[in-house]
Amino acid sequence: MNVVAKPKLARNIGSYLLLTVLALVVLAPFFIGLWTSFLPTMQIAKGNFLSTDLSFQNYIDAFTQTPILHYLGNSLVISTVTMFAQLLFCSMSAYAFVFLDFKYKRSLFVLVLATMMLPFEAEIIPNFSTVKAMGLLNSYSVMIIPFLTSAFGIFMLRQSFKQMPAELKEAADIEGLGHLQFYWKIVMPYNRIPLITLGAYSFLGAWNQYLWPMLTTFSNSFRPVQNGLRQLQSEETFNDWGMIQATAAIVVIPTLIVLFVGQHYFKSGANEGAVK
Amino acid sequence: MSITLNNVRKDYDSETEVLKDISVNVETGEFFVIVGPSGCGKSTLLRMIAGLTPITAGEVKIDDTVVNDLPPKARKLTMVFQNYALFPFLSVWDNVAFGLKARKLATDDINARVKEALKMVNLTDLAKRKPRELSGGQRQRVALARAVASDAKICLMDEPLSNLDAQLRIKMRQEIYALQRKLGLTLIYVTHDQVEAMTMADHIMVLNDRHVQQIGTPSEIYQNPRNDFVAKFFGTPQINILPATRSEENSHMVNVSSDLQIVLDEEAPAENLQIGIRPDDMKVQLAEGVDANAVVKNTEFLGDQTIVYATLNSGNDIHVVVPGKADFRNYEPIKVTADSNLMFFDATGKRIDISKEAYVHA
Amino acid sequence: MLKSPASGSSTAPINQAETKAKIEASEKDFSLNAKDKYYALLFLGPSLLILGVFIFYPMFKTLYLSLFLTNTVGKPTVFVGLSNYINLLTSADYLNSLAVTMVYVLAVTALTIALGLLLASLASKKLAGIGIFRTLFSSTMGVSVSVAAIFWLFIFNPSTGFLSLVSTWLHLPMIGWLTDPMWAMVAVIITTVWMNLGFTFLILFGAIQSVPTTLYEAASIEGASSRFQFFHITIPSISPTLFFVSIVTLIDGFKSFGLIDLMTKGGPTNATNMLVYRIYKDAFYSGNFAQASAESLILTVIIALFTLLQFKVLEKRVNY
Repeated sequence: MNVVAKPKLARNIGSYLLLTVLALVVLAPFFIGLWTSFLPTMQIAKGNFLSTDLSFQNYIDAFTQTPILHYLGNSLVISTVTMFAQLLFCSMSAYAFVFLDFKYKRSLFVLVLATMMLPFEAEIIPNFSTVKAMGLLNSYSVMIIPFLTSAFGIFMLRQSFKQMPAELKEAADIEGLGHLQFYWKIVMPYNRIPLITLGAYSFLGAWNQYLWPMLTTFSNSFRPVQNGLRQLQSEETFNDWGMIQATAAIVVIPTLIVLFVGQHYFKSGANEGAVK
Repeated sequence: MSITLNNVRKDYDSETEVLKDISVNVETGEFFVIVGPSGCGKSTLLRMIAGLTPITAGEVKIDDTVVNDLPPKARKLTMVFQNYALFPFLSVWDNVAFGLKARKLATDDINARVKEALKMVNLTDLAKRKPRELSGGQRQRVALARAVASDAKICLMDEPLSNLDAQLRIKMRQEIYALQRKLGLTLIYVTHDQVEAMTMADHIMVLNDRHVQQIGTPSEIYQNPRNDFVAKFFGTPQINILPATRSEENSHMVNVSSDLQIVLDEEAPAENLQIGIRPDDMKVQLAEGVDANAVVKNTEFLGDQTIVYATLNSGNDIHVVVPGKADFRNYEPIKVTADSNLMFFDATGKRIDISKEAYVHA
Repeated sequence: MLKSPASGSSTAPINQAETKAKIEASEKDFSLNAKDKYYALLFLGPSLLILGVFIFYPMFKTLYLSLFLTNTVGKPTVFVGLSNYINLLTSADYLNSLAVTMVYVLAVTALTIALGLLLASLASKKLAGIGIFRTLFSSTMGVSVSVAAIFWLFIFNPSTGFLSLVSTWLHLPMIGWLTDPMWAMVAVIITTVWMNLGFTFLILFGAIQSVPTTLYEAASIEGASSRFQFFHITIPSISPTLFFVSIVTLIDGFKSFGLIDLMTKGGPTNATNMLVYRIYKDAFYSGNFAQASAESLILTVIIALFTLLQFKVLEKRVNY
């Protein structure tokens, strides 16, 4: 028995060692960032990386001297509204493609699929003119309206809706449920998991928007956090590394918590929507 | 409530015809089984009665009212599906109550009905569970309870037992039968399982190849099949169907597979025939030399009976059921005889009527 | 086999003409889906409107603008046909942008997949506490582009940065991260790979988990080494997912903007001046909307090609 157990243990120690080293490498930027966020900028500038002069001063400065909380609030509003809008409009569209019968259904679906090939980044010039003409510049709406729906979301939900057993629709027909009732009472609760997954993706997608908000917002009252951090970095505090790291930490910690809590939804959804 | 179909037809498009000229009358309170191999259109027919699938031609009547244009809801019926169609996010109770709520019944009425229905299928204790926490048999019971709770007197069932294991199937068969009788439901039951059809039905409709093959009581169907398909579909092991010719010297005599001669009471109906003999209507005995007309291939001992597989000298395979244990060894020469319940089919498989008690001498 | 219909035992044959009339009437009236088109409008309308205004219309508008010269506010002035494209494809500057984008995209994709696969296969081992590593490996998924840029800008900072400190301690030659054209590209690649790693790990890990264990059991019985099993069971089994992740990473690479803007601003000496960053600069800094439109269209074609490739594979997976 020992003969078998020993090499296995040795191999496991090897695995753990490798796993730990890799985990340290992956996490190093977090650690370095977090650590310096507690150091006074003076110490960082002098290269005293191992200084024990730790404090929360950078965080206090970040909260009091920068609009970081306001940026976070802006991003929260934009991302939340975008998420709910996409959940609603993508699920409605997916419903139409799966459960409704109408002319040009196939062609319209191909059209929606085709939009997945067209990168938003390549369309900023006309889109900028459009929102400018609509008078939307520098507002929440300008960062929400173009993203009220998403072809990817429609496609992903259509895949899930199609996998619902046909008998559920038949059972609902026998009870006389109309489309609105079937959509709201059966399809939506039945597809909770893909909806949560899409919600997470659209939230993160909106949260990580960079180019579009940069073009369309000019004031801190609407600037989302990605562009806010850029603003802070470029503005005043040229080399105030301690405070910059603190703002980064303030931004990243909530997302990490959300991510760890909701992880298994991402996993199941990512695989479902992506490759099934 | 009775259901009548008149010349109902279904095409999916102009090319593919799914069902042709279906006409039948199902009486109030009847247990009516539609049976056929997979792909014969039996589920489509059920969905056409339910109103889930539009019919291409003909008419569907419920209690003498044509319902062709009525949506499913207005036809006042319930349906039990093969995969149960339970809503996974609702509890057992809410699943049963779902249809009643959709029809906007009073809350007290709903509660009373759900309670009664759950009691009837022995699920009262599991009312708060979700479908995924139930066994297959329990899920099936929830689906039944849904049908019971409704006041609709017509119930359609689409292969409701085919997802269950063999033992549970027998038990649920009895429960469904008891429920149907107790509630006086007009029940249309679709299955591919001939045993379910034989054991539960008042009347059976056999569907194959887009057509109704036969409608009748279980015993009519078994004893008097209209054609070779129906004859083969019912009974295990399957009926033997062998080619036969009328003897040139004696029109009362047929040569079956050129190995056994059978003398009939009356004239054989045609020169070229097919003869159907159920395995338990054949006899085998050890034989030698010119007496032997077959060789044993294999035997299967099943406890109360033995199935003997043999090859006739002319090369046709047959199987014979022998009561108890039969001691034949492989390759042993035997003599096969048949003495009653012969069925005659023409070359296309159509039954040729001939007096039922044709005497037979080997 | 059977040709003659056996009519039912309890049939009531009805008048043929009457039936025919009823058939025709019912075919006209009977439709469960008569009202579907109104619902379709309601359900699909909002999405189609948004996609039309913000995806389709700008597509054609971009194409249109790319065939003109434009004034400073982006209005088309003179029709010039394809000359914007010809100018671009003969300009060393633009060809450089295409080249650096290709280098960046290929390097990022190769490294992301290789590292993601390494992490995913290690995390698939059945060890006590492995769940912690799985969570840690996926953690970079929660990092947004500006946070990643800040973390890595500090690491690469030439004077007070982490890497320069380490170089000093270890007496290694200083590297001009972000100031040397080659190293700036390396820095951007490293940062992108790090950002991609969490998502890629999660997808590949999920794929590896779904390989049936019986395949490994069968291989173990045959005496196959774990290395052999990895290359002959794991890789082939997850190849559709590997392909999917590669394309997604590739496409994201072509669309890279935030990191470039935050870390290098396309420099030094255009070493990281990638396609989207160029579009932004040409349109909103230089006011050359026509040329930026032509660049946009080229980008669209590149991305559309890769997306089509992805659809092809998805289609196979969906309809197998």
